[in-house]
Order: sequence, then structure tokens, then C-alpha cells
Amino acid sequence: MSKTFGAYTALDDISLEIPSGELTALLGPSGSGKTTLLRIVAGLETADPDGSGRILFDGAPVTESPVNRRRVGFVFQHYALFRHMTVFENIAFGLRVKPRGERPLRDEIRERVHALLKLVQLEQLAQRYPSQLSGGQRQRIALARALAIQPRVLLLDEPFGALDAQVRTELRRWLRHLHDTIHVTSIFVTHDQEEALEVADRIVVMNKGRIEQTGTPDEVFQNPASEFVMKFLGDVNVFHGRVHNERPVFTGDSSEDGSVRLLVRPHDLAVLPQPGPGISIPARVYRVMTAGALVKIELLDGQNRLVQVQVPHETYRTASVHAGQQVYLAPKESRLYGQSSERLEYVI
Amino acid sequence: MNGEERQALSWGNLALSVTAVAIVGTVIVLPLLVVLKEAFAAGFGVWAASVTDPDARAAVALTLGVTVVVVPLNTLFGVAAAWAIAKFRFTGRSLLLSLVDLPFAVSPVVAGLIFILLFGRHGWLGGWLDARDVQVVFAVPGVLLATLFVTFPFVARELIPLMTEQGTEEEEAALSLGATGWQTFRRVTLPNIKWGLLYGIILCNARAMGEFGAVSVVSGHIRGETNTLPLHVEVLYNEYRFTAAFACASLLAGLAMVTLIVKTVVERQAARQTARGGET
Amino acid sequence: MTFKQKRVLPGFGLALGTTVTALSLLVLLPLAALVARSGELGLAGMVRVLAQPRVLAAFRVTFLTALCAALINVVLGVTVAWFLVRGRCPFKRLIDAVVDLPFALPTAVSGIALTALLAPDAAIGRALGRLGLQVAFTPAGITAAMVFIGLPFVVRSVQPALADLNRELEEAAASLGASRWQSLLRVVLPLLAPAILSGFTLAFARALGEYGSVVFIAGNMPMKSEIVSLLIITKLEQFDYAGATAIAVALLALSLLCILTINALQATVGRAERRVS
Repeated sequence: MSKTFGAYTALDDISLEIPSGELTALLGPSGSGKTTLLRIVAGLETADPDGSGRILFDGAPVTESPVNRRRVGFVFQHYALFRHMTVFENIAFGLRVKPRGERPLRDEIRERVHALLKLVQLEQLAQRYPSQLSGGQRQRIALARALAIQPRVLLLDEPFGALDAQVRTELRRWLRHLHDTIHVTSIFVTHDQEEALEVADRIVVMNKGRIEQTGTPDEVFQNPASEFVMKFLGDVNVFHGRVHNERPVFTGDSSEDGSVRLLVRPHDLAVLPQPGPGISIPARVYRVMTAGALVKIELLDGQNRLVQVQVPHETYRTASVHAGQQVYLAPKESRLYGQSSERLEYVI
Repeated sequence: MNGEERQALSWGNLALSVTAVAIVGTVIVLPLLVVLKEAFAAGFGVWAASVTDPDARAAVALTLGVTVVVVPLNTLFGVAAAWAIAKFRFTGRSLLLSLVDLPFAVSPVVAGLIFILLFGRHGWLGGWLDARDVQVVFAVPGVLLATLFVTFPFVARELIPLMTEQGTEEEEAALSLGATGWQTFRRVTLPNIKWGLLYGIILCNARAMGEFGAVSVVSGHIRGETNTLPLHVEVLYNEYRFTAAFACASLLAGLAMVTLIVKTVVERQAARQTARGGET
Repeated sequence: MTFKQKRVLPGFGLALGTTVTALSLLVLLPLAALVARSGELGLAGMVRVLAQPRVLAAFRVTFLTALCAALINVVLGVTVAWFLVRGRCPFKRLIDAVVDLPFALPTAVSGIALTALLAPDAAIGRALGRLGLQVAFTPAGITAAMVFIGLPFVVRSVQPALADLNRELEEAAASLGASRWQSLLRVVLPLLAPAILSGFTLAFARALGEYGSVVFIAGNMPMKSEIVSLLIITKLEQFDYAGATAIAVALLALSLLCILTINALQATVGRAERRVS
């Protein structure tokens, strides 16, 4: 399906399958269309009617269903809790607005709400108002509210975007743990690749309205399908060079217009005192930081661009360097991309 | 801030306070006091007689009758307009917004005039109405329409910025949880706007009861039939029956004071709700 | 951004339909009658009416008194607004509530009250009379009435702007050596200018079209103390519909001009503020 807003294409011919019971992340920079896609699944937006766009839950089409019939649980980035209702009333809302025939009895509602409060570990806040809660608490209540209606799909729109760094990390782990407990098919949108890698079973990397790659965190990290994916997930160093005698050369003198780019992760670079047999990139050591799980070395390449290398402590002990030293970097695992981001093979 | 500056500041504060109180006192409060003084100048008995006079009672009845029709109607329109304008994006939205505000910019006399031009004997629909022996101007329907026109924007003007600021997220959340449109409006939107709505209704009410210019043009001043209370005051005044005029005016002044009190209470409650509701 | 597909939030059709219907029947249709009638008159016809000496005089009186009143209201209004935001006084809340009285009081009541206050045989009127000033039944009286109804507009315009004013700006000015007055004139007033202008225009526009509170104290002598709104009524009573229409259209055009000015002002201020922040 596609989605355009006037002249702006938010989604460009997307086709996607989400496995049941899994926690899938839609990952991408802002403008990639991930939130638009999520809202279309929820029914809060509609795709362009011209295409053959359809949405199916478990094989059953829901494209024509309005949002209040789809039984999706939506968690908003800014919580969207009903400000004039208590926490209890917020969570009970979905149950109270059910049509007469389906509506549970008062006592049953109360039981369900308390069970959910227990699940999110906030039982003592039942009578508080949203304004009296912290950001992290509000988001957990929003989640409980969405779960109250036993949704077929749980959709989370940058759920931790509005929270402090530390609360974000805590809640991330908590969400993963929750999912392991209740196993509802979940899709969450984020621009934080660390979050996606840590939390999701499956990641869908999006860019400019298109899907770049779908796979497990391991797959997208170790085998990025495109330059964009490699750059977006995890740290990466970019070396600009050109092809000379059918071999890529990175002397450090090439201008930015040099036709090829070598992408190497910080832990895939070896630091050598002398040029090695394969690709060797000259660089000067700028800083060495040994306080941490890994030794981090910052270097400047021929064009004074920053290069980051990570080595385990044992390795560093046998071959330490000091600031100002001229060294040579040898990539172990790397990927070469050409002018139009096409993948190039090369021989070391 | 040393002692000298503090002293200067408090002298400045005193001067400011005295000036401001004097301004408000003379410009605003004094006229109100005059009404009360003149109303009771001849004693309570005369006052009571003036306000229970059959013509006065008819005037009160008409004022109340008009208000009871106009305020609910304009509340309905205001809510509808605010819902459409605040919660949706569409071409012509700002035009609609300006049009809703339009009656505000029209002088009351002009407001009365346009209904005469429309429904009067020589007006657009005048011939049509005459043929059916329907009287709009110089009769109660005219008074109703003129009041409706003049008070049209009050509720909408209060609700539109409020609902725009509140956004659509809570409504979307309610829908995603399975609520129907009416359930969403009743359970989510309405509680969030209740103070703004009340505020708008109070202002609408005060204006509806007190409208003078527009109604004066349209009503024909038919004593006992098409005189609202403000018009009755004018009639008495023009007949030099000053005490009676002020007696009836004191009823309206009383209404104004009640309006102010209710308005203040509503404002305070709304502020409290905002403080409790916190940010979005 | 225009959505061509269905909307998510329900009730759009119903709400828009109701609003447009109500607007068309209640507001647009009557105004169309006005436009149609003025069309019949034609531009030449309207100008002929407006050029009548009595009409011109009425416009002059109304315009000048409204202008005067609005200017007075700026001075009084800013003072009161300043007091409400920065002053310390036990009655402040009370004064705040009372400021809206001219909004809430029916115009006829204001009219007779002001006359009772300023008529030559009343308390204040007598005092002023001894000074040789007659207020009631003169343009001065008209101005006084317009001051009464216009004051809340200025106060309520300036009050929120003043409350929003960042104290740090004044503190910065003080730290750079400005005296209290300099800081007021060079820092605060320029920042308040849009709000003051807004309040001024609102008060002015309201005063132009005002009838009830002015007509009792006005004197209503043609050529001298007759206001435009009264002239419209007089023409109507004489069955001079054409004349009344022409004047009404002119008055309406003036009021609309004022409203447009305010909107444009607020737009420019909004744009400027966004540039700064």
C-alpha cells in the first residue's frame, strides 16, 4: 500500500508480514514512514485508496473496519491518558464502552483492572489522576489500558520517546519481559536502534517510505542489506577512497568525491604499527580510553575525520598505542559501497 | 534589593494600587451603584411595584423566553462549530472560523437592520411572509432571531481555542479502545471542555438577556408584547418614569452581578482543573 | 495537507453540516439582504447618502469620540492591567472580577446609569458643571460612555501579555544600568505594544457601533452629538431604508477593517515571536 499527504509520500508501495506473537520493531529515522504505517494498521489513518492496499489480521481483512472495531491496542508517544479520569477509570474505559451485550459486569471489570494494574506493578495508583504520575508510570498505565480490551495487535508509537534516558532503559527491559509473559502480537515504532536491537524479536528497517530490510536483530546487524541499514544500526566508520587497479585504495588523500566507501564497525578494525598485507588505512592516534568494558581508541584519518576503534583489553595489552602515534588500520569484516550505494565485492 | 529600593517599590505599589482602584471605582463601579441608588430612591415599595407591573412582568417573561430558546440553540451550534473546526483539517477552515466570529464585528443596530431588510414588509422575504400573514419583525420571532444572531459566536469562541489546544489524541485513544463516536464525545471530550463550555454559556446568557440595540430595531417597541426587559427600561426612561426605569434596570444589574460571580467561580475551577490536569 | 479519504474522528459531517446551515440561515442570509439592498442603491447612491452633511457629521462625531475614548482607555487600561498583574493589594481579586462588568451589564442599563451620574443635576454632573464643564448630552458624554464600555477590552488584552512578560528582560535592563522609567519605556512598553494595539482596536471598533450605552447620554442633536447607530434608527423610523442601508454598510466596513487589522497584527506578532524563539 502507499500513503501520500498531498505532495509528500509517506509510504511508497509497502508490503509487510508480521509474525503472530512476536514483538516487531519498525525502526527508522524521522520521516521514514514508520509512524504512518503503524497508524494505518491501527485505523487512525487510511492508505491511499487507489492502490490495492489491504490490511489483514490473521488472514481476515480489516481494511474496511473503523478504528473502534479493529480491537487494536494503541499506546501513544504522549500517553493520551484521559486527564479527568482516575487511573482505574482509564484502564476500565475500554471495557465500559463495550456494547451492552458484550460488556462485563461491574465486579468483573474491577477484577480485570486490578489484574492489569498488578501486571504493570502499579496497583497502589488506582485512584490517582494522570497528572500525579511520573512519565514512566503514565506509560505503563497507557499500556495496561490498551491491554484491557484484549487486543489482537498491540501497537506502540515511540512509547519511550518522551521519557528520560534512564527510565527509558528500564522500561525497555520491562516491556520485553512483559511481552514474554503475555505473548500478544506487538509492533512498536522507534528511531532508537539500540532499543530495537535490545527489545525486538524482529526488526523492520524503514527509510523514506520504503522497507530497507526485515530480519532478526542479529541478521540486520551482521548482514545489513544496504548501506543505509549498516549505517543506521550500530556504530560504523566510513572510509572514503577510490578504485585503483581494480582494488580499493584508501590512502587518505582522496577527496570526498572518491567513488567508494568502506564501512567498518569499530570492533572490526585492527590497529597495526606497520602497513599490513591487505587494505591498510593510515591514521594518527588521537585519544585512548581504557576505562570501560572495551578499550576505545579515537584516531584521525588522512582527511582529519574521526575514526573509532574498539579492542578488548587483552588484545590491547599486547599492542598498546599512544596519542600522536602513526598507525595503520586493517579491517576484518567490512562492506564496500559504490557511488549509488551498490554493494561492491573486493579482493583484499 | 536594599531597604531604600524596597521602600520605593512599596510606595510605587501604593500609588499604583490607589490609582487602579480609583479608575475601576469611578469608571466601572460607580455606574452600578447609581443604578441601585436610583432604583431604591423612592423606597422598597415603589421598587416592588415597578418590577411587578404587568408590562414589566411581560418584559421579564419575554426576556426569559427568548433566552431559554437562544442559549441552548447557540450552545448546540457552538459545540458543532468547535468540533468541526478544532478537531479536523479541511479547506475553508479559516474562512469558517472568521464567519463564526462575524456577528461580533457587527454593530447591534446593524444586526437589527439586516433582519428588517430580510423579513420586513419591504424586505426580501417580506412579500412572501405577508401573504401567509406571518409577522417576523415587530413581533417575537424577530426579537428571537436578532438575539440569536448577536449571541451566535459566544460559545464557539470559548470552545474553539480550548478544543484546538487539547488536540485529538485522547479522542483517538478512546476510539482505539472501542468507543463509538458518541461515547467518545460524551465520556472524553465533554468532561475536558466543561468549564470552557460553561463560561461560554454564561456569556451567551448575559448577552441574550441584556441585548438592547439589535432588539430595539427589530421589536417595534410594542408594549406588553415585544418589549424585552432592556427595552422596557428604555420605554420607562423616555417617559420620565425614572424610578421605575431604574427599578427594572436593577434587575438587569443584579443579573450582571450574578454573571460576574458565576464567571469568576468557573474561571477558578477551570484554573484548578488545568493545574490538576497538568501538561499533555 | 488535505485528506481525501475518510476521517478517523467521527461526526465531521454532522458538525460541519449543522454549523454551515446555521451560519447560512442566521448570518449569511440576513447579511446578504444588506448587500443586496446596498447593491440596489449602487455605489453612487451610497456615496450620495454618505455625503449628506448630517451623515458626515454623525460619522465625524462617532469616529472622534471613539478614538478619544480608545486612547483614554489605553492609559487607564494599561494602568489597571499593570496593577492586576504586578500590584499587591487585598482587593485585587475583587477588582479583577469587577473589570468585566461593562461586558456583563446590558447596554441600556449602562446608558441610563451613566446619564444619571453625569447629568447636570446629578452629583458628578453638578460638580463638573461648577467647573464650567457640561458632560451629559455633549460629545464629552459620548466619550465617557465609550470609555466605560471599552475599558475591559484594553485591560483584558494587556493583562495576559503582561503576565507572560519575562521578568528577566527587565532585570537584564536594570543590570545594564537602566533606571526604572527607562526600562519601562524602552523594554516593557514596546513588548506590550501589540497587546495594547489589539485592545485599542477592539475598544475602538466596539465604540463605533455602540448604541445602548451611548444613546441616553448623547444628546442626539443632529450635526452635533448624534451618533451613527442612532442615525440608522432614525432613518429606519422615517422608512428611509436606502439611507439606513448605506450608513449600515459603511459602518460594517469600518468594523471589519478594524477586525482585519487586529488579525493581521496578531499574525505579524506571532511570526516575529516565532523568529525569535
